[in-house]
Amino acid sequence: MKRHYDPFFMISILSCVVVSLFILVPLVQMMMAPSWELLTESFFEPDIQKAIWLSIYTSGLAALISFILGTPFAYLLARKSFFGKQFVEGLIDLPIMIPHPVIGIAILGIVGKHHWLGSLLHRLGIQMMGSVSGIVVVLTFVGMPFYINAVKNGIESIPVRLENVSRSLGASFSRTFFRITLPLALRSVMVGLIMCSARAISEFGAIVVVAYHPMNAPVLIYERFTAFGLKYSQPIAVLLIAICLILFIGLRLVSKMDNEL
Amino acid sequence: MIQIQDLCIRFSDFALKHVNINIKQQEFFILLGPTGSGKTLLVESIAGITPITSGKILIDGHDMTHVPPEKRKVGIVYQDYALFPHMTVMENIQYGLLCQKKNLDQQRIHDLMLKTQILKLSDRKPKHLSGGEKQRVALIRALAVKPSVVLLDEPLSALDPCFRDDIQKLLKMLHKQTKTTFIMVTHNFAEALFLGDRAAVLNNGVIEQTGPVVSLFNHPHTPFVAQYMGFKNIFEVKVDNDKATSNHIEFKIPPTIDPRTRYICFRGEDVHIYAERPSSVTVNTFLGIIEEIVDRGPYCELFVNTNNSQIHVIITKGELIKHDYHLEKIVFISLPPATFHYIL
Repeated sequence: MKRHYDPFFMISILSCVVVSLFILVPLVQMMMAPSWELLTESFFEPDIQKAIWLSIYTSGLAALISFILGTPFAYLLARKSFFGKQFVEGLIDLPIMIPHPVIGIAILGIVGKHHWLGSLLHRLGIQMMGSVSGIVVVLTFVGMPFYINAVKNGIESIPVRLENVSRSLGASFSRTFFRITLPLALRSVMVGLIMCSARAISEFGAIVVVAYHPMNAPVLIYERFTAFGLKYSQPIAVLLIAICLILFIGLRLVSKMDNEL
Repeated sequence: MIQIQDLCIRFSDFALKHVNINIKQQEFFILLGPTGSGKTLLVESIAGITPITSGKILIDGHDMTHVPPEKRKVGIVYQDYALFPHMTVMENIQYGLLCQKKNLDQQRIHDLMLKTQILKLSDRKPKHLSGGEKQRVALIRALAVKPSVVLLDEPLSALDPCFRDDIQKLLKMLHKQTKTTFIMVTHNFAEALFLGDRAAVLNNGVIEQTGPVVSLFNHPHTPFVAQYMGFKNIFEVKVDNDKATSNHIEFKIPPTIDPRTRYICFRGEDVHIYAERPSSVTVNTFLGIIEEIVDRGPYCELFVNTNNSQIHVIITKGELIKHDYHLEKIVFISLPPATFHYIL
C-alpha cells in the first residue's frame, strides 16, 4: 500500500533541512577553511590563547554575577504580583532588543569621569574603559536577561503549594527557598547559566565600544580580519565555535535531564 | 482551640466576609461548600499563607494573626499531596522535624509509617507512589511535627474511589490516635458525615451555618444548606394553619408548624412512589408522570412531574425493575409530613 504523507509533515521536513543547512553551511565552510597547520599554530599562539581565555572567564564571571543577582530577582518576578511588574519584565528584555553598540555607548555614558557613578568608580580605583571589569559589566548586561527569564520560567513551573507546605512544616522563607525552590529550579538555573554565558561569549558590539583592549576572542577575530584578512581570522573563529558548541551541547544535555516534577 | 474572629479577606474579585468560627481542641471540623466559596482561602489564612484583611485568628489562646506560617504549628495537606519531588518518602517525613530542630523521634515516625503502611516505601521518590500512598505520606509528614492543628484541603478528591474509602478510614484513625485537631475542606457531605464532628457551610465567602454535621444534615437553616445537604426537593411556601401552599402544590402539614415557615424540604429517598393508587395513604398523595430516570448503579433517581412541579425520588434498582417504572409512566407519589423539614 502506498504511504500517504500529509503536506504539512513534508513542509516540516523541508524546513528542518533548509534551516539546518542555513546554519551549517557557513559554519562548516569556515571550520574547514583553515589548514591543520594554521589551526595548530593559532592554538598555541599566546595572544589567541589569552583572548579565548579572557572570553571564557569574563563570560563565566558574567554568569556568576547573573546567578547571584538574578536568582532572587527571578524569584520575585515568578512569585509576586506588584505594581509595575510588566514594566520591570519589559525592562529585563530591553538588553536583548537594543543594538549592542548602543549598550556599549550607554555604559560608557555612566562610567566616564563626568558622571557621578564613573567618578565614584574612578575614586575607588575601578577602571571600566579598556579593562576586564568593563568587559564583565558589558557581558553581564547582555547575558543577564537570558538568565533571569530562564530561572523565572523555571520557578513559575514549581507549584507554590510545595513552598506553602514547607513553611507550614516550620521552614523559614529563606530555608524554603534554599531547600525546596532552588533545588527544584536547578535545571532552569543551569539552562540560564549556559544561556547567559553563551550569549556573553559571543558578544562583540558592546565590548568593542567599552573595552577594545584587552582583546577578547570576538574583538581579536575582528582585528585580525581587518588587519590581515580572512585567512588569519578564521582559526580563532574555529576555536571560538568549538567552545560555543561545547556550551550548547551542555545546554541540550541539561535540558534533557529528567524533570522531577 | 482555634478561634476565627470576624475574619475578612478581600481580593478584587472575591471576598471572605466576617467569618466567625470556634473549633474545639481535638475536634474534626469540616468546611463544606461549593467550588469557589472560599474554603481553601480560609484554610490558607489559618495556616498564615494568605494574608487577611481584618479579623483575628487565635490558636490555643495565642493571637496568630500576624505570626508567620512556620511559627503557627499548623500542618497542611493538599489534595495534590504537594510532596517534595526531589526527596524520598523518609526525607519528606523528616523535613519538618529537621526544620524545627526537633529530635527525630524515630519510634513515633516508625509507628505512624507502619500504621499507614508506608514504611516499605521509605526510600522511594514521590513519582514512584500511587495517589493513595502519596496522600498517606503527606498526612504522616504533617503529623510528624506534632502540630496543634492539621488542615486538610480536599484530601480525598484527587484519589481513585478505591483508595478514597481507605484514606477516609485512615483519617478517622489518625485523628483518634494522635488527638490532633483536624480541619478538613470538602464539598462532599457524605465525607463530612463519616468524618466530621462539626461543620460550617460556606457560600460565596459567607458562613451559612455552623453546627454538628448531623444537625446540618437533618436541620439546615437555609435553602442553600438544605440543597447542599442533599435535599433536592425544596419548595417556597406560604403556611396557613395545616396547609403549606407552593405555586403548584398544596402540602398537608401538622398545624403546630411555625406560620413564618418559608420553605419545605424533603429528601428523594423519603418520597414513596406507587405504580397504582395506594389504598392506605391519603395525605399528600399526588398523581404524576415520570419525566426523567437517572441510573446511578445500585439506585435510580426519578424526576416525577406533579402539578407542574418536579419531585425528586430515589428508589432501588430492584424497585424500578419490579414495578416497571419507565419514562412517561403515570405514578402516585406520597410525601409523609413526618419527613418534611421546615425553614423559616
